[in-house]
Amino acid sequence: MSKIFNRRNNQRIAKVLIWAAAFAVILVMLAIIIYVLGKGLPVVNLNFLTQQPSDAGRAGGISSAIVGTLLVTFVAILVATPLGVGTAFYLTEYARESTVTRIIRFSAECLAGVPSIVYGLFGFIVFVIFLKLGWSVLSGGLTLAIMVLPTIIRTTEEAIRAVPKIYREVSFSLGGSRWQTITRAVVPSALPGITTGIILSIGRCVGETAAVILTAGSSLRMPTSLLSPTRTMAVHFYILAREGISIDIAYGTAALLIISVLIIDIVANILVRVFVAKVR
Amino acid sequence: MIDFKEKSTELALLFLALSSIASLALITIFIIAEGVPVISKVGIINFLFGTEWAPSLGKYGILPMIVGSISVTLVALVIAVPTALCCAIFLVELSPRFLASIVRPAIQVLAGIPSVVYGFWGLIFIVPFIRNYLGGPGFSILAGSIILAIMTLPTIISIAEDALRALPPSYKEGSLALGTTQWQTIVSLQIPAARSGITAAIVLGMGRAIGETMAVIMVLGNAVALPKSILDPARTLTTNIGIEMGYASGEHQQALFATGIVLLIIIMILNSIAQYAARRR
Amino acid sequence: MASQPKFEVKQLSVYFRHEAALQKVDLTIPSNTIYSLIGPAMGGRTTMLRSLNRMTELVPKTRVEGEILLDGKNIYAADVSVPALRRRVGMVFELPTPLPMTIFDNVAYGARLTGIKSTSTIHQIVEEALTMAVLWDEVKDRLHTPAGRLSGGQQQRLCIARVLALKPEVILLDQPCSGLDPISTAKIEDSLITLKEQFTIVIAPHNVQQAGRISDRVAFFLSGKVVEEGSVTHIFTSPNDQRTADYVTGRFG
Repeated sequence: MSKIFNRRNNQRIAKVLIWAAAFAVILVMLAIIIYVLGKGLPVVNLNFLTQQPSDAGRAGGISSAIVGTLLVTFVAILVATPLGVGTAFYLTEYARESTVTRIIRFSAECLAGVPSIVYGLFGFIVFVIFLKLGWSVLSGGLTLAIMVLPTIIRTTEEAIRAVPKIYREVSFSLGGSRWQTITRAVVPSALPGITTGIILSIGRCVGETAAVILTAGSSLRMPTSLLSPTRTMAVHFYILAREGISIDIAYGTAALLIISVLIIDIVANILVRVFVAKVR
Repeated sequence: MIDFKEKSTELALLFLALSSIASLALITIFIIAEGVPVISKVGIINFLFGTEWAPSLGKYGILPMIVGSISVTLVALVIAVPTALCCAIFLVELSPRFLASIVRPAIQVLAGIPSVVYGFWGLIFIVPFIRNYLGGPGFSILAGSIILAIMTLPTIISIAEDALRALPPSYKEGSLALGTTQWQTIVSLQIPAARSGITAAIVLGMGRAIGETMAVIMVLGNAVALPKSILDPARTLTTNIGIEMGYASGEHQQALFATGIVLLIIIMILNSIAQYAARRR
Repeated sequence: MASQPKFEVKQLSVYFRHEAALQKVDLTIPSNTIYSLIGPAMGGRTTMLRSLNRMTELVPKTRVEGEILLDGKNIYAADVSVPALRRRVGMVFELPTPLPMTIFDNVAYGARLTGIKSTSTIHQIVEEALTMAVLWDEVKDRLHTPAGRLSGGQQQRLCIARVLALKPEVILLDQPCSGLDPISTAKIEDSLITLKEQFTIVIAPHNVQQAGRISDRVAFFLSGKVVEEGSVTHIFTSPNDQRTADYVTGRFG
């Protein structure tokens, strides 16, 4: 037995398993993407993008869902970014470790784990009912803002911590104030990480269903203001698929969702590369 | 003058930072406020351990959902953790540059796919596969686990990869210089050294899995009875809320909030474990 | 010629948490000299160096007792602006640490912090500083390329230029050549000897021989106290204290 499990063979077996795992991941990804895009891309055309849904979604396009997604995401990121980045900077650059910082961090960690459906419940009871915002872009956006807040805090904090301490020392030794040191020596190096976090959050908002369906509603009409109820693409897809309303449009919506997320990913990567080139 | 600007910046940032505490507090307070009445009416033991969920009869026992959540998550982790660790090791140690630039984007793509799309894909592919080759109705815990495993892979991989990369190269070099093989170095040195990060990755993955709704709602079958095997259909705490919130009202709705409380408590416990594990480096 | 010493250290004690890194140190550093702080690691010389521009304050829970007079004025007085102090007393660190920006931006960094915006002024400052640091000729054609691409020796001279751009009065150097090859080390040592005509230079060399090569005066630190201080000739050829003799001849270190 020990002849088989010797060091060299262990190494080989391990290598095979590891390579297999990596390939399995690629395969699964391709399976999902190719299937959904294959079935869905043919459906996506100009009409699809610009026409509003009609007949409860059986016909027409999904323009209102697209607009709804954009609005809700925009509100969410607009609110979450200053809160999240500010918190991260406070925790890393300004505050000494204290009970307050520990509670802040604990809160952020907990928020990160809260299931999206619970965010939906929370958004429903607080924004829709209590604050009387009703099912609306605003309710959905604010709910999503809190949902992505921990992500932005965490990625920003990591990005800041990744900046070598010596940069700060150098900046201080050249007469920099804390604010100057942060903005000129820390932020430029941390920017790729911070941006990645924000873009990741955009992706989460676009794909989120559970929290949105309970707060922004599921109206098919084009949203006209922050207080209009709306459907995001993800919600639209879910309802179409669950109710079996229109498989074609469902696939088209799914394809559009995936493409959006892919574009967001690519943009994130390009941005990171641009920043890194500028700075190194 | 400069000091004033510094101080006011600090205060402004503190104010922003308190938003996290405020949000968490709000969530906890409101969810508890909505859910507690039902729990106190039904009794906490009946709620947590009752096996019958029948809102129209006023019965609110969520044990089947708890079992569902736990089983789906555990099986998902059994599938995902080894795979994810292998991928992380692959990316850090074994892969040639060009392959990493294929695998990593692939993982990112997986991370970005919305959960509903996962669920739908599972409905089309996984459910029939299980039904035809493994038995049962196909709508099952296993189906949910497989989907969840794929969904949590990116999370676990990326954090584990970071943890491994954060190790100083001198660890590896020192070990290899002593004549150990690469695999031995990985198993006995690098992974244990990175274990706090890896634990964090797993716990995070666990949290994501327990909290997932849309991906599993279409493949779990949503039977309210206590599942007996992984080929049985089931409901999780999350899908319970997801399915019924659309039409629940009054006491029924409050019971769903109560389910939310249980979810929150589970997450809090997981978080505490994660933080404790992270501290015990 | 200057009658007032540049630095007068009076009964300086520095505590990190509760451990004393320096205990009641008295020291006088004349202007326009190269003053070396020698001694084994953890002996206090780095702390002494960093106290001169109050960089010790970057470490939390640090306590300082005593005074350091710069041109007669205590740098620990309540009304002292620490950023202004650090512009007068510049520092070069042990490992070459260019900031992640271009050569030009690195040298201009400190000057820009003071609010200078005019590009021509900045350009002039950068050129002067790089010339004084004996780096101008080597980089003048690639000022806007990332500084990280320079060799180790060039990077360290860049760090010196970065400090010179602020037109300081004192330059502190913390083991500046410890990671460098002998040629780069020689270049930097030569430039320091030239620079002392305009600046006061306090250096904590990473080996005793460097102190012997370039210093005018030397102070020997052991366990947070100054064992002996004097001219370089005195310290190296006829020190009063046996411990000094042992250290400079390499019997311990």
